[in-house]
Amino acid sequence: MGDPLFLQGVDLGVFVIAVVKVVVAFVVLLVSVMLMIWFERKVISDMQNRIGPNRAGPYGILQTLADGIKLFFKEDLMPTEADRIVFKLAPYLALLPALLIFTIVPVGGVVTIAHHTVELQVADPPIGILFLLALSSAAVYGTMLAGWSSGSKYPLLGSVRASAQMISYEAAMGLSIVAVILESHSLSTRTIVGVQASSIWHWNVFRTGIVPFVIFVVAVTAELQRPPFDLSEGEQELVGGFHTEYTSLRFALFFLAEFMNTITMSAVIVTLFLGGPDGPGFHVVRWLWPILWFAGKTLVFLYCYVWVRAALPRMRYDQLMDFGWKFLIPLSLAWLLVLAALGESRPWGIAVLAACGAAYPLLQRSRDVSRQRRLLAAGEADLARSQAPPRPVLLRPVLPDEPVGGDG
Amino acid sequence: MLPPLFGGFKVTIRQVFEPRVTTQYPKAKQPKPPRLHGRHVLNRYEDGMEKCIGCELCAAVCPADCIYVRGADNPPDEPVSPGERFGFVYEINYLRCIHCDLCVEACPTQAITESKMFEFSFTNRADAIYTKRELVVDDDGKPQQLPWEDWRKGEDQHTSAWMRATSPSGSADYEGEVQWSGELGYGVRPPEGGQSGKRDDGATGNISVRVVERDKISRRLGGRAR
Repeated sequence: MGDPLFLQGVDLGVFVIAVVKVVVAFVVLLVSVMLMIWFERKVISDMQNRIGPNRAGPYGILQTLADGIKLFFKEDLMPTEADRIVFKLAPYLALLPALLIFTIVPVGGVVTIAHHTVELQVADPPIGILFLLALSSAAVYGTMLAGWSSGSKYPLLGSVRASAQMISYEAAMGLSIVAVILESHSLSTRTIVGVQASSIWHWNVFRTGIVPFVIFVVAVTAELQRPPFDLSEGEQELVGGFHTEYTSLRFALFFLAEFMNTITMSAVIVTLFLGGPDGPGFHVVRWLWPILWFAGKTLVFLYCYVWVRAALPRMRYDQLMDFGWKFLIPLSLAWLLVLAALGESRPWGIAVLAACGAAYPLLQRSRDVSRQRRLLAAGEADLARSQAPPRPVLLRPVLPDEPVGGDG
Repeated sequence: MLPPLFGGFKVTIRQVFEPRVTTQYPKAKQPKPPRLHGRHVLNRYEDGMEKCIGCELCAAVCPADCIYVRGADNPPDEPVSPGERFGFVYEINYLRCIHCDLCVEACPTQAITESKMFEFSFTNRADAIYTKRELVVDDDGKPQQLPWEDWRKGEDQHTSAWMRATSPSGSADYEGEVQWSGELGYGVRPPEGGQSGKRDDGATGNISVRVVERDKISRRLGGRAR
């Protein structure tokens, strides 16, 4: 397996093709970030009965460019308490994973250029989707180091929140990716896309039973720090979050990374669950249709991200953690186990499903207990007593009748 | 029924199809309410005489201390105002003025009133102090239009003052009572009949904000937009 471009050795033609792919992907990504910021501002103003940017260029389409140029010429500040090297490094650490993840996304079909078989994606490594997991974990460093190196309290709080959040949701994200890998028997993104081809019912969203898809989309939203999970930059609490102390071009880099991540992750969702460039083609310009399908599907997700931002309020921090740890992770784990068992045989599937059902009350009890502890910590002893979780049947006769939650 | 969390999606997507409420400001302006307190004018009588008699009541009542008036005796052969004295110096500092309209209420001759123009951004302190030469209306009763002031067509109308303090016996129901000061070139505007129905907004120049916005508010919310 691996990239067919390199199968017959590397000559000048292969080298040129690889370089051209990299450059084209880089430029397309940067331009699409520019358009994405404009798109987000336009769509969100649509939803708020406003007009949005309309000064620079037709329909304000050059507004992002103008903002970028403005930021370029702004004064570059650095706090005296900042760790100079890390402070300068952090924006690039944030940007790099966003750029690199896009390299494994198949944006089109396979074409032949000058007798070379060329896959329309920058790279097709055999580790494929593991690369995505590695880099999305590495993206935490940009955020975390930015907050830490600023030598200021709000950025630090923002970055602590961000790293905790990203690590929490990474688990659910990873588990739903495993469901995809189970179905397609491969880590390579090209193969994952390949097995989904030809019919909408072959798409992983249906083959894995929708739930992993939903979990993945939610976890990715949290991973991207986008609303309603944008606690790391909650303006009301943290000024600007981890990038409070950043100005000028470095600030622009953070925003570039954020929006580039949004685009990249939408593309990854399309790749993993919606068949990537799969879709009905026509006999004229055959290579173009898969690209259009891919772009269209990605655009739908980008619109949905903006829609979610317009519609949902930001979550509270404990809600965020509860949702991640006590809902998404158990659900994705249970779904994965059932899926794996069903792959073996139907009786196995039913047995695992029953086991998961049996484990559910345990989870429920842990949630009840933690809610009660929280109520007690908040000084709501009466409420905590009235909402005390029922004692498990087996333990009931053993425990003496003492006031609930004495040790809080 | 959708859970409340998802109700937000319905609301936001519905708004996409509603009309925009933005006024493209420098290109278009929202109509102004007729009693808006804008930049002052010094009025004149129909024969061209100035109404100001230099009594300095406006300067005395001004809470922001922005008015400076010096009266002088009228020259007998060429009187400026019909009274004994006239406003010899009249200056308003718009860096201080808070547009409270107290000068207008204090004025015994309705000499000083406020126009509806508030869009003037001068670039130095000397321009901020309007002297009598700049405040007095011209022979047609129109306010002077200084280079840094944004006057549009029709905005030089309605420079007369709403005479709140002279409301008959303080009655809230002032229907049929003339409540506007005279305006050179336009006469006396018909009174508003707002508080007991029977309003004639066309004649009085009164604009309800609801009427202004009606075309932009959807039918569902009581407006007239399609």
